[in-house]
Order: sequence, then structure tokens, then C-alpha cells
Amino acid sequence: MSAAGPGGGSGPEAADAVVLEGVSKSFGANRVLRDISLAVPAHQVICLIGASGSGKSTLLRCINLLEPIDSGSISVLGHRITGAGVDQNLVRRAVGIVFQSYNLFPHMNVLQNVTLAPVKALGTPRAAAVAEARDLLRRFGLLDKETEYPDRLSGGQQQRVAIVRALAVRPQIMLLDEVTSALDPELVAEVLEVIRELAADGMTMLIATHEMSFARDIASRVCFLADGAIVEDAPPVELFTSPRDERTQRFLRSIIAAGRL
Amino acid sequence: MADNLDSLGSAGSPFSGTGRGPRLLSGGGRRATVVSTVSTVVVLAALAAGFLLAPGSSEVRHTFFDPHDLWQSFIGNPKQGYYSIGAAIWLNIRMFLAAEVLILALALALALIRQSASPVLFPLRVLGLAYVDFFRGVPTLLVILAVGLGVPALRLAGLSSQPAAVYGVAALVLSYTAYVSEVYRAGLGSVHQSQLAAARSLGLSQATALRYVVLPQAVRNIIPPLLNDFISLQKDTALVGVLGAIEANQAAEIYSSTVFNFSSFTVAAILFLILTIPLARFTDRLIERDRRRRLAGVAP
Repeated sequence: MSAAGPGGGSGPEAADAVVLEGVSKSFGANRVLRDISLAVPAHQVICLIGASGSGKSTLLRCINLLEPIDSGSISVLGHRITGAGVDQNLVRRAVGIVFQSYNLFPHMNVLQNVTLAPVKALGTPRAAAVAEARDLLRRFGLLDKETEYPDRLSGGQQQRVAIVRALAVRPQIMLLDEVTSALDPELVAEVLEVIRELAADGMTMLIATHEMSFARDIASRVCFLADGAIVEDAPPVELFTSPRDERTQRFLRSIIAAGRL
Repeated sequence: MADNLDSLGSAGSPFSGTGRGPRLLSGGGRRATVVSTVSTVVVLAALAAGFLLAPGSSEVRHTFFDPHDLWQSFIGNPKQGYYSIGAAIWLNIRMFLAAEVLILALALALALIRQSASPVLFPLRVLGLAYVDFFRGVPTLLVILAVGLGVPALRLAGLSSQPAAVYGVAALVLSYTAYVSEVYRAGLGSVHQSQLAAARSLGLSQATALRYVVLPQAVRNIIPPLLNDFISLQKDTALVGVLGAIEANQAAEIYSSTVFNFSSFTVAAILFLILTIPLARFTDRLIERDRRRRLAGVAP
């Protein structure tokens, strides 16, 4: 792959930042992704909903190449990233991922967490990386935390730092893997606010989430996954108000019963 | 006295949670200090009395603690045919330092090979496993004898005409690398997979992720067992004496067989203690500093 830069693609897919075609993946006998096809247009937000174990996380991890796929293909910014001869590190700089469990580096303070990848992976001079990191931290209200270690921060702060850390390598696409699921309810809003801001800036995002009302607000399309397959893929209003598939209806009923929608 | 010991136990529990980490004595204020001082004095006095009142006390004192012999064996006297233990311990220190540096590097390499997943490295993984099994199973003394007597017997140019201490260090490195690589492996295993995933997801290469994310956390977790092995290594430098190297234990042996007094071994023991105790305290401080920095944050 020459570069995962913008405008590198051509043809009908050029406007799609991420394209999955017939992606399947098994862990042993367990088929976690079944023939998934999905296109994420540039500067749009797509939300993945579905029960735990439906394959949302695995799907995101495959796009970041943290998990190899068994068949099908994935393209990012017009470049095929599955198959031989792909520089994984280049792909990962274009596609940031944030995890449910933050996964901050506990032996580094906030600033070190954020500047590690720019300095060691991009080769940014340290002074420039620190300046950029401070800009990002300021933007998300974390500048006063730069010398703190992760275990001194609240969950919401940790997750915001994790988002900043992913943004520091200037990805063009962000994958968010249930980033609010581990948070206390009162801390969810501050993280969602950050995501809204990213969306407003035109960041292409693929978001696995249990926050249905958030998905309804922010997504241009919502995909409902069950048993590793995309059962329904529709604009949020349509999917939440008149779901067509029986499984989607059942899932949404249980969500409503739980008071989450 | 039982009461005194009890109160020492409760007032000075090594892990009483005063937020300052493990301390030998913490909490309770002045009263605890007085009680622990008194109980310490009582215990030491009892031990001293037990020793002094034993039927063979005066012979033991003469054989192991004779001031004249302690001093003579410490400074040495070549004309009388014995070496200075104070000078000989320097060889132990040098052997220890040389071995430690090599062991830290080689054991890390071995651990990384053993926990690698690449199919290309499969033969190396098998060799690594065989190496660890072999050198953990064979007593260090035998390894020292095998290297120290075997390599010279091979009459290889350069390799076969080294001082005994060099063979000793080589043997200690062979033996301890096997142990320490297992400590490293445990440390690497103690860092959760998600840390590596997070680092890789940022575009860091496997090597960079290991270097900056996994290893620092692994090493923090294994400092105590690592120190344990190194204290043991410091003492095992004494085994190299079997090859004729004049290290502290060998010098003490020579003194005792020349003068027929064992005070030289007391000197050697004290010198080894002087080496190992600061290392233990230094490690405690490292652990404590790390703990404080991570839990208390950095003072603005």
C-alpha cells in the first residue's frame, strides 16, 4: 500500500471512507462475522447496535487490523487493507480506534500517553508533538490533567484522554467500540459531547454503541447486528420507528423495556 | 515478652495502610516507638545471653569471632600465604556486575523468543525451552565446573586460556539466564493483551509497542523477583572459588586452612551482607517511588 492518504482512491467507492465486502470471521467453530458488507461514506457517522456478542466489536477490530478476517475484503480510503503486502501501521494511523476499557498506558502520564504514537510512529519531533497534544487536550478540557497518571482520572476523563490519544496520530476515520459502556451514568455525557464535536468537525466514524438516543441523534445510518450479520441498515428515524426485521423489533422492544430508548 | 512482640506486630504491621506503603514501623506514634524499642532490646539481649551462656561459647567465639583473625583475614598477608578477603570481595562484585548486565539482556532476548508467536521462530522457541529446562535443572556448581574445567580442556585458541573468573561469569550467565528469562516471561504475561492492542492500534510497530508499552509495565511487576535472583547471584559468585579464582569465599577458605581459624568466613559473610542489604533497600525504594508516583499523581 502506497499510502492511506485522502483522495487516493478512484471510481464509485472514492466517496466511501471504509468499505467492507463479504467479510467473514470465525473464532474456532464460532462464526462471529457472517458475510458483512458495509460502506461508510466519508464525513458520516454510522452506528452499530445489537446485543453483546453480535459481532460489533469484532467488526471494528477487523477494520483496525487487530483481528485478521477469514474471507471478504476491507478497503480504507480506496485502498484494500486485507490481504498480503499491507503495511498495518500505515492503516492504523489512518484508522483510529477507542476501546470500551480505555486501555490507557498506566505507566505514562496523560501527555506521555498522547505523544507516544506521534513521536514513535509518525516521527514527529517531540516539541511539536507536545504542542499538538496540548492543543487537543485544551480543546477537550483536559489540559490541566496533562501530568496526571490514568489511575488518578475519572472514567470519563480517561475515555476522553483515550479519544485524544487516538486523534493525536491524525486519523481520518475513528472507530469507537462501546466507549461509554464502562462509564458511570453521570460520566457518559461528557464523552458523548466529545464524539458530537468530532462529528460536527466532519470526522468519519463507525460507532458501536448501546446509547440508542445518541445513535438516533448522531448517526446518518444505523446498522442492527445479530449473530454476526447486519440484519438491518437504515437511517435512524426509519430503523428506530419502523424496523422491518422481526429481530430488530424484538431487540428494540427489549431496549425500550429497559428504559434505554 | 510475648506481649511486647504482639504489640510490635499490631503497631508495626508491615502493610498497615497509612498510605505511605510498606514500613517496618508505622502508626501508633510515640508509644509504639517506645514499645518496639524495648522489645527489640529484650529480644537481642536474650539472643546474646543464649549465645554467651552456651557451654561451647568461648570456643565458638575464638574460632569464628576472634578480633585478631577477623582483622588479619580482612587485610590479608601474602607472606603468610593468605589473601585479603576485603580485596577478594572486589572480584565477587566485578563478577556479579558483569554477569548481571549479560543476564538482564540475554534473559530478555530469551523471554521474547519464547513468548513470540511467529511460526518462523518455532525452532528458536523449541531451543529456548530446551535451554531453560536444561540450565534450571543442572546445579549451578556443576555448570561452573563444566565450563571452568571443560572449556580450557578443549584448547581452543583464545577461548581456552581465560582467567577462572571469566569461566565463572560465563557459567553464572548460562545458569541464571534460564531463571531470569522465566521471570521476564511471567512479567510479560502480567501485562494485559489490551495494552499491546491499544499500542498497535495507534500505528506503533510490534517492537516499539513492546519497548515502550509492554516492557516498562512488565519490568515494574517483576522487580521484586528479579532482585531475589540477583541477591542469589551475588552469593553464587562465591561458587566460582572452586575454579581457583581468589574471591571472598576462596580467600576465607585459604585463610582458615592456613591459620586454622574460621573467623575468615565470618568476614566473608559480613561482606556479602554489606553487598546484598543495600540492594534490597534500593529496590524497596524503587517500588515505593513508582507506587507513589502512580497513585498520588505528580505534585503540581
